[in-house]
Amino acid sequence: MNLEEIKSEIEANVPGCRLEIIPNGSPSGQHSLLIDADHAFAVSSYLRDATNRQFDYCSNVTGIDWPIKEISTKVKTKKIVDGMEKDVDEVVKTQTGGYLEAVYHLFSVEQRQGPLVLRMRTEDRTERVHLPSLTPLWRSAEYQEREIFDLFGIVFDGHPDLRRLLMWEGFEDHPMRRDYVDPDDYEYEPTAHDEVLKRAQAHQAAEGGL
Amino acid sequence: MSILTETPIDLVPGPSSDRSEGQLLEVSMGPQHPSTHGVFRMDVTLDGEKVVKLKPVFGYLHRNHEKIAETESYLGCMPYTDRLDYICSITNNWAYALAVEKLAGIQVPERAEYLRIITGELTRLQNHAGLVGFLMQDMGASGTPLMYAFREREKVLDLFEALTGARMMCNYMRFGGCRVDVPANWLQQAQKVIDGFPQFLDEFENLLTSNEILMARTQGVGVVTREQAINAGISGPMARASGVNYDLRKVDKYGIYDRFSFRVPLGEHGDVYDRYMLRALEMRESIEILKQAMRDLPAGPIMDPNTKIRGFRPKAGEAYGRIEGPKGELGFYLISDGTASPYRYRVRPPSLINLTLLEDMCLGQNVADIVIILGSVDIVLGEVDR
Repeated sequence: MNLEEIKSEIEANVPGCRLEIIPNGSPSGQHSLLIDADHAFAVSSYLRDATNRQFDYCSNVTGIDWPIKEISTKVKTKKIVDGMEKDVDEVVKTQTGGYLEAVYHLFSVEQRQGPLVLRMRTEDRTERVHLPSLTPLWRSAEYQEREIFDLFGIVFDGHPDLRRLLMWEGFEDHPMRRDYVDPDDYEYEPTAHDEVLKRAQAHQAAEGGL
Repeated sequence: MSILTETPIDLVPGPSSDRSEGQLLEVSMGPQHPSTHGVFRMDVTLDGEKVVKLKPVFGYLHRNHEKIAETESYLGCMPYTDRLDYICSITNNWAYALAVEKLAGIQVPERAEYLRIITGELTRLQNHAGLVGFLMQDMGASGTPLMYAFREREKVLDLFEALTGARMMCNYMRFGGCRVDVPANWLQQAQKVIDGFPQFLDEFENLLTSNEILMARTQGVGVVTREQAINAGISGPMARASGVNYDLRKVDKYGIYDRFSFRVPLGEHGDVYDRYMLRALEMRESIEILKQAMRDLPAGPIMDPNTKIRGFRPKAGEAYGRIEGPKGELGFYLISDGTASPYRYRVRPPSLINLTLLEDMCLGQNVADIVIILGSVDIVLGEVDR
């Protein structure tokens, strides 16, 4: 299964879509296809229905959180210092991440092919976290997209029943985010100390003492 | 705290309603209901005996397995995978080991591959035997079939205990091989269990397969069509009972499954009876695989000498590895960022995804059928809720 071929095939059939192959550095060789949110549904339904592809089985759907990460790389440049040319190490900072990602692993039962890895990215991690739901195409995504909505906070537009799956209704945060912090459980904290003790005391004072 | 997940159905129809005979009844089945195989709850709306709506409620056993695993080392995740589907810990180990091996490009020695197949197929035997026993228990055949099944299951668990030190939390595999080699006499004992198993199956099937009550209760109940099953990602025996010819042991040929000759049983109707029958047939095929594996088991090392399992740091990248678990396609999706613990560790739980069609299967059935339909899906809540 050649990802380049699939890419050009989709580009020919779904006009306007923006695709990008994300290389995978591991020996597994499972490279993935990044699709833009606007055309994700059209691209996916093409992959499902095209008679030479028939990706009818969407096995695994999951989310990934990529917070903003600064990568500093040292670059050697030549600079003129005091009239002399010298090699100077310069630190170049680049930012990566800052989005949530949904990953779909597609297989074809009919043609025994796969996995084809599809990725979609949200614009950021806080406000613009909407992605199109692929549940109307593959029902197997129903609970898995609900789980991503629950644990990562991606909102899937077009999902028939988007509710929390594992956490209870009324829970507010998204526990699978990298920056999630457990709430303090003062009632069950057996040996509160340091920071937690201070917060526990403040909490108990606010509640009117033990 | 509201446990209703959406606006409840109006239980008392107003005067404008055209319902002339009676009211709808909303029943909460579970989480402590004995037939739910664990802490699983269903909000069922009934019209008399008939199910008109069914919404499963998950999360009672949720401990965020994936998040905890992401703070562990790659090796530290291995015993934790036992706790997913606690009936089949060895196949969980296998799926995780396979994903790590794909991620880092590890080769597994021959003897270890054979040991994996032997322990993996024994796991399938005890899972299917237990499941059929539980299914009969759900159907009201109290005691006898379940105890017969558990007697056989216990023999397999004795083998696991002799090999790994634990009946259920086996923690047997490592990426790059297996943890320990078989102790003295283990193979002879295993051979005895395997040779005795067909006799149990004959006896069991004699009792059940053409049993009139079983047929009346299960045939035509909880039907899933082939198209539905593929679209909803149903995998494992449940998909094959609906006629989907998709067994990962044949499709992916992971490990050394291409060396064994076995058949893939397929169902025609996709009902509860087919799901029962399919498990009975699969057990017989597992015995065939076991016989071949026991015969061909070579000598040699059981761990890849080049793999350092402690302080294991794979190159940055990702891999999705999947196996044909006894319950369906069990997959692990791992992303490495080059550090000692996985950046992303995802379990593709067959138990959860096989429940996608639960409502579709139950609609229009009697309330007593919910119990056997759920029983025929084969779920373990440790894996559903993770």
